[in-house]
Amino acid sequence: MQSKALKPEEYFIEDEPYYQSIGDEIAIFEAAYNQSLPVLLKGPTGCGKTRFMEHMAWRLKRPLITVSCHDDLTASDLVGRFLISGGETVWVDGPLARSVRNGAICYLDEIVEARKDTTVVIHPLADDRRVLPMEKVGEIIEATPEFCLAISYNPGYQSVMKDLKQSTRQRFVALEFDYPDAALESEIIVKETGIDAATANLLVKFAHMTRDLKGSGLDEGASTRLLVHAAKLIHEGISPVVACKTAISQAITDDADMMVAMHELSSSLF
Amino acid sequence: MPRPALTYEEIIERLDIYFDVEFTFIKSEDAAELIVQQSRSVQDFILDLSKRIAATNEELSFQFTLNAIRALEAMDQHMVEAWAMTATDNYDRKGLTPAMSVIRDLDNYVHTAHINACGAVLEEEISVLLPFVQGLSGRKLKIAESDDNIAYTDTETIYLPAITALLEESKDNFLIYKASVAFLWAQIQFGTFRLPFTEILDCDDPDTQLNKITTLETIRLEACIKRELPGLYRDMQMLKQKTSEQHEHAYPDNWQHIIERLSATDASIDDTLKCMASIDEEIYIAPCCYQGTLKLDQVTVVMSKRIEKEKAYFRIALSELARESMKKNSDAPEDTELEVDASTTFALKFKDEQQQINSGTIELELEGELMPIPDHIKELMTSIIVDFGEIPPEHLHAAGPGEYDLKKYEDEILNPDDVWKGTYHIEGAELYNEWNFKRQYYHKNWCVLRELEIEPEYDDFVAITLEKHKGLLKSLRHTFEILRGEDKLLKKQVHGDDVDIDALVEAYADVKSGMEMTDRLFTKMHKEERNVAVIFMVDMSGSTKGWINEAERESLILLCEVIQILGDRFAIYGFSGMTRTRCELFKIKAFDEEYDDEIKGRISNIQPKDYTRMGVFIRHMTRLFSEIDASTKLLITISDGKPDDYDTYRGEYGVEDTRQALYEAHRDGIHPYCITIDEEAREYLPHMYGAANYSVIDDVAQLPRKVSDIYRRLTT
Repeated sequence: MQSKALKPEEYFIEDEPYYQSIGDEIAIFEAAYNQSLPVLLKGPTGCGKTRFMEHMAWRLKRPLITVSCHDDLTASDLVGRFLISGGETVWVDGPLARSVRNGAICYLDEIVEARKDTTVVIHPLADDRRVLPMEKVGEIIEATPEFCLAISYNPGYQSVMKDLKQSTRQRFVALEFDYPDAALESEIIVKETGIDAATANLLVKFAHMTRDLKGSGLDEGASTRLLVHAAKLIHEGISPVVACKTAISQAITDDADMMVAMHELSSSLF
Repeated sequence: MPRPALTYEEIIERLDIYFDVEFTFIKSEDAAELIVQQSRSVQDFILDLSKRIAATNEELSFQFTLNAIRALEAMDQHMVEAWAMTATDNYDRKGLTPAMSVIRDLDNYVHTAHINACGAVLEEEISVLLPFVQGLSGRKLKIAESDDNIAYTDTETIYLPAITALLEESKDNFLIYKASVAFLWAQIQFGTFRLPFTEILDCDDPDTQLNKITTLETIRLEACIKRELPGLYRDMQMLKQKTSEQHEHAYPDNWQHIIERLSATDASIDDTLKCMASIDEEIYIAPCCYQGTLKLDQVTVVMSKRIEKEKAYFRIALSELARESMKKNSDAPEDTELEVDASTTFALKFKDEQQQINSGTIELELEGELMPIPDHIKELMTSIIVDFGEIPPEHLHAAGPGEYDLKKYEDEILNPDDVWKGTYHIEGAELYNEWNFKRQYYHKNWCVLRELEIEPEYDDFVAITLEKHKGLLKSLRHTFEILRGEDKLLKKQVHGDDVDIDALVEAYADVKSGMEMTDRLFTKMHKEERNVAVIFMVDMSGSTKGWINEAERESLILLCEVIQILGDRFAIYGFSGMTRTRCELFKIKAFDEEYDDEIKGRISNIQPKDYTRMGVFIRHMTRLFSEIDASTKLLITISDGKPDDYDTYRGEYGVEDTRQALYEAHRDGIHPYCITIDEEAREYLPHMYGAANYSVIDDVAQLPRKVSDIYRRLTT
């Protein structure tokens, strides 16, 4: 049987991840970190939440343990479980317990995707107690000052099922993220991909067109991440209209008419 | 071997039946003589269509049959069928004479058919053009068909010709539509309508003035499009070339300075007006294929109405913002009504140094404090900026108490009979197709559906029902409790939360005896999360009057009580109506509403109304379901009889349309089920719902028990 052990030391980020600050989010995160407050990142998909966490881990020089939450994630997946080794049961810490022990930054990505009972285990860690009770081994781990808990959440989901409970959200310092303004977004694309500024500007313009369509046929407009994808394709020599179609239109909708309309928009631009 | 052609007598025999000659006195002989000379397949084709049209009108069918051979010489079978259907459609909407003229005016139809074959049809393209124009920035515009086949805009709607067939290929014709849409959008966006209207309309020769403006504005707007949408600009040039306008469209040589001035980044309508003075009176430059026309009279009406309305809405919104800010800054108790007077003035602040004016770059400031701008105000600001190029200072005063009567600006509620007059912008009503099985095609936008509210009635019906079915409710609750969230402890799993000691002991024994050890050593809690969404569609037709209605209401009350236990999402709608123009859907409980006293009151007030036209409601439910994300979607109809309406929606027609609607629902992943108390239902329900998807309840008193029972069975 293979051990599921994670090695937190491997999660030290050595090179500075590129992150373009939009407001004072870096200062706020640092302040919250110094005061041992947990942080909630809100924002639409692909606007840079995960990149921000990587950047902060690098800046604070702490290991980053990211858990992408899914609908089958249980409390044991976070805290730990008994495994069997050589005829004996052996306790193995989960990612959350490891972060607490090692003073890492634990980032629970898309927390609402996890089952509701799972979110409750982070409650004692997210208030002034800062402890992680481990019922199965009868232990309580006290978090070191270096430990930091961060969760992310996309309020764009308009489903009652995928809402964050008040008891959970009222424990966090909330940082709101949104797509950067046009000039900044185009600067980000240029830095990330190396395409020329003119094309980047047009890509951003196209993104704004799709974001205007949110609610009139699209659930979500094109994210910065998708723009970066398209720009990378363009950088490789794919024509801009095709890049927009494959990296953006096809990615955000399955509706045939909507796809044609988006294609018409991009072909009007390029 | 090909089948032998029909003889003259055989054809006469059939046509006599189709035309119902005994009563209509139509003479089938002439038609039969034409058909008998054809091959069997052509005979079959014509006779089939004759039969289908005769189901609508015998005389129309007769005229069709006489003209069918001529039509087949000019068009292929597919087009001939379309021609016949256009005629019957005209019959349905306008009557016999317009329908006959379609048949008689065959040549005209053939001509149009050729256009149709290569032309772009607005009705088909609108689903692409609409999101296209809404993706371009600015006011959210609508698209509609133009009455006089000329493209223009009234600043809120872009009107386009029904068919565009200027070029040979349909993709180029689509491009003309697209270019027109973008050009008319540019007129609105780049301020063509900031013109001094009255000056132009009141001058001696307004037409010449308008011509000049149009010509000069085309230069300016094309330059704007070149900057904003370079890809489209290239396409526009290509279109000009293909429509060979390049030559005619050439500007005089001495216009160089005009073109330069109007193409500048900061050129505005004022530049256009200044240039007008310097150009020759006689000059005529042919319009290009996408530029449309200026209809200043229509623009004036729409604009003045909107400007007044938006000013009111904007100032009221400002006054709300001011009130919130006052509340925040004052120590007065929560419920004190704070009054904002008209002297409260907001200031505009630019986010960037370039001082660009659009709703994304400006902020509102009140007494030095930045105010957050909600989305609906942003939209208003965008629209105001499009009209004025700025936010005029008089807009920035908050509205004083009672200054505006908003009722004045609310859209008038349309009469359901008026809906045919505008197909794309019907407020409050939705249109659905209906299946005509005799003709084997859909009547487009046939039924007019409106969602209405039921006023809650707070009487003792709910209490009495709960008391009356106390015992039943208890046992139902018990059964439903068992269904709820079945947590199962799964043993011998590869991954899990805990060690499965039994499995471990077994595995250990296996190892000792030399066998391979299994890796299935864990227990896992499997949570069965129900993901069910259900809509109950309750028959509110006149025939349910009395005890059926009461049983329906009782069933709903019990059902709501027990569904609460399961946590399933559910909605309840009642349906009734009279004819296709008045299909009324009564909202009893929507998905996002809590089951509370108001809902109970609404159930209590379910009353029998008119008739049962089912297809349209099933189609509407299918649409409602498409907005819901659930792994199981159930549509349960509680009814007392066959589909039946005041007009032709009777017997087979109604059954077949309902069946088609159910088929569409099924295709979208919805499971329809019908509970009925009609004892004859066994004759038609299997045809509509399928053999296993209905229950007939013989005793109405049993309805409350059965409905809950059936629901439990269906969802486990």
